[in-house]
Amino acid sequence: MLRVSDLHAKVEEQEILKGVDLEVKAGEVHAVMGPNGSGKSTLAQVLAGKEDYEITAGSLELDGEDLQEMAPEERAHAGLFLAFQYPVEIPGVGNSYFLKAAVNANRKARGESELDAMDFLKLLRERATLVDVDEALLRRPVNDGFSGGEKKRNEILQMAVLEPRLAVLDETDSGLDIDALKTVAAGVNALRAENRAFVVITHYQRLLNYIVPDHVHVLLDGRIVRSGGSELAHELEEKGYGGFDGARAEA
Amino acid sequence: MPTATDTIEALTERDYEYGFVTDVEQDTAPPGLSEEIIAFISAKKNEPQWLLDWRLQAYRGWLKMAEPTWANVRYEPVDYQSICYYAAPKSDDDRPKSLDEIDPEILATYEKLGIPLKEQEMLAGVAVDAVFDSVSVATTFREKLAELGVIFCSFSEAVQDHPELVRKYLGTVVPRRDNFFAALNSAVFSDGSFVYIPKGVRCPMELSTYFRINAMNTGQFERTLIIADEGSYVSYLEGCTAPMRDENQLHAAVVELVAHEDAQIKYSTVQNWYPGDKEGVGGIYNFVTKRGLCEGRRSKISWTQVETGSAVTWKYPSCILRGDDSVGEFYSVAVSNNRQQADTGTKMIHVGKRTSSTIISKGISAGEGQNTYRGSVRILRSAEDARNFSQCDSMLIGDRCGAHTFPYIDVANPTAQMEHEASTSKIGEDQIFYCNQRGIDTEDAVSMIVNGFCKEVFRELPMEFAVEAQKLLEVSLEGSVG
Repeated sequence: MLRVSDLHAKVEEQEILKGVDLEVKAGEVHAVMGPNGSGKSTLAQVLAGKEDYEITAGSLELDGEDLQEMAPEERAHAGLFLAFQYPVEIPGVGNSYFLKAAVNANRKARGESELDAMDFLKLLRERATLVDVDEALLRRPVNDGFSGGEKKRNEILQMAVLEPRLAVLDETDSGLDIDALKTVAAGVNALRAENRAFVVITHYQRLLNYIVPDHVHVLLDGRIVRSGGSELAHELEEKGYGGFDGARAEA
Repeated sequence: MPTATDTIEALTERDYEYGFVTDVEQDTAPPGLSEEIIAFISAKKNEPQWLLDWRLQAYRGWLKMAEPTWANVRYEPVDYQSICYYAAPKSDDDRPKSLDEIDPEILATYEKLGIPLKEQEMLAGVAVDAVFDSVSVATTFREKLAELGVIFCSFSEAVQDHPELVRKYLGTVVPRRDNFFAALNSAVFSDGSFVYIPKGVRCPMELSTYFRINAMNTGQFERTLIIADEGSYVSYLEGCTAPMRDENQLHAAVVELVAHEDAQIKYSTVQNWYPGDKEGVGGIYNFVTKRGLCEGRRSKISWTQVETGSAVTWKYPSCILRGDDSVGEFYSVAVSNNRQQADTGTKMIHVGKRTSSTIISKGISAGEGQNTYRGSVRILRSAEDARNFSQCDSMLIGDRCGAHTFPYIDVANPTAQMEHEASTSKIGEDQIFYCNQRGIDTEDAVSMIVNGFCKEVFRELPMEFAVEAQKLLEVSLEGSVG
């Protein structure tokens, strides 16, 4: 589904990604782990198409389509979803209004009929229940005045409503207490499906106790230095990222 | 393109002004301003002597006044002697025969705003032979109002039919020498609206200039007077979202509101005068004096404005809170895009006890637009336990525009409670990217973010107007984000 090959990217003349390879198939959950500054968030932003990042070499494909040729909204229409590390506040715009606009923009782009208010509300309620989000959250402005935990849950709700093919979660666990973490993880697990893939980006192994990945990749200094199964996350927990320095030298 | 003949004609007309003799048969006054011209205007409108005297007093005051320069706007000086101060309404022969003769750019905007064809013709000033719907709607509308004793007519009609009311109230809120532009308006005002709501009557519908078709060409010096007698209520809508073009660059209107005991006036404006092209050439100068007097106890005046047009806007709808427990409100959205400049805000003058005022101002600047909020809250010594809440928010789109805030606060009574909040935000690339990532394209994202920003003001507008205003904002800001 997603194929990243030898990806190099820079921001403000500084090279952050130095040759990343990643292949994700439908139904899989991949975890990308790494310390601060390793390029995790850059990878997420580059996938979503943020302008500030310049791709200097390599390729990005989603279902065989070249992502570099697509604007951020076109990538969304193609089924790419990014759960933001820092969800953005939009004062005065109701959360459910925003989601309805998003759902219908996607439907329209895919040649489907737009949902009317009733059908949308039905979908929204059903998804809110699925990922355990309080309906009160739907009536508030997008992320405005939300606590850190509420913002992250709101991302999961948006993901549940938009039903992406590929969901990238950028440090969704950061700043969450254990209860919020469990809710968020349960939401993700509820959405796991054969035709859907996840890339879970995280600093800590903790989240992976609740979202068990099929593959784990260690990102260090802009390169994936090791890949393995879920046991790799536990190894990291014990050794820390320092233990992979040797691997980096080899890579 | 001025031809040699035009220029010669202009010169001859100029000479003519010195020896000008009032000729009531003429349809148009020669350019220039003098006591003769004012007498001509007054005679054309068949006005009583007292009104002519009133105009002349205003004119004599105006001659001694200087054009204000304190506003944060720059424009080419206006040559007041080159303006034509009276022109009879255009006859059908001079008007465009069909929409084919209208600037396609204007038609495109009508389309975007979703204005029905018949209304497009009306707005564009097309001479329409058939009696079309709005005329009959307007007639039924007036009959219904007349049953309740509500007077809603053009200012000129009011001078003829209700001179006692006009004489009693004209200039009581905005004195004829109040300021340079108000004095000019008082001397030469063309026409406008007059509303009187009798005691205890709640006007059952929104009064709108839109229904008064003859008000479409009120000229550049509009005069409006609204009186709400004891315990009455009226909601008045001014303007319309369709772009208004006018060959006259200078517009100086005066609006006066009087609310008696327990009366409420809600005055909503959507202003979309031609802002000029992208370089700002040819746009309208809109210099307006709007003021309401809360005369009686527990009276309330509420101004809501959405200002998207004009090259230069100079406008401060204000409230004088004289009656005890009276309430003044000001809700404003002002947009300046491209080279537009807006200096707008309000004055709240607290005189009575326990008077309260609320100011919510939203300024949006895009392109090279400059947006200034200028507000003054004055609590006089007599205003025991007065309260004010002010909130001024500015939004910047792009990095070549500007937002400026000048709040003046003057408190002479220590029991006053004042709150002031201000914020400036930039439509973040982050916000737009967030919307994009959810599948929403940039243009829709900007309009969504801007509408969210203006929500507190839009919800004060009558429902239909609010929907139109949102659409208008979209069209006004089209293409403002790369």
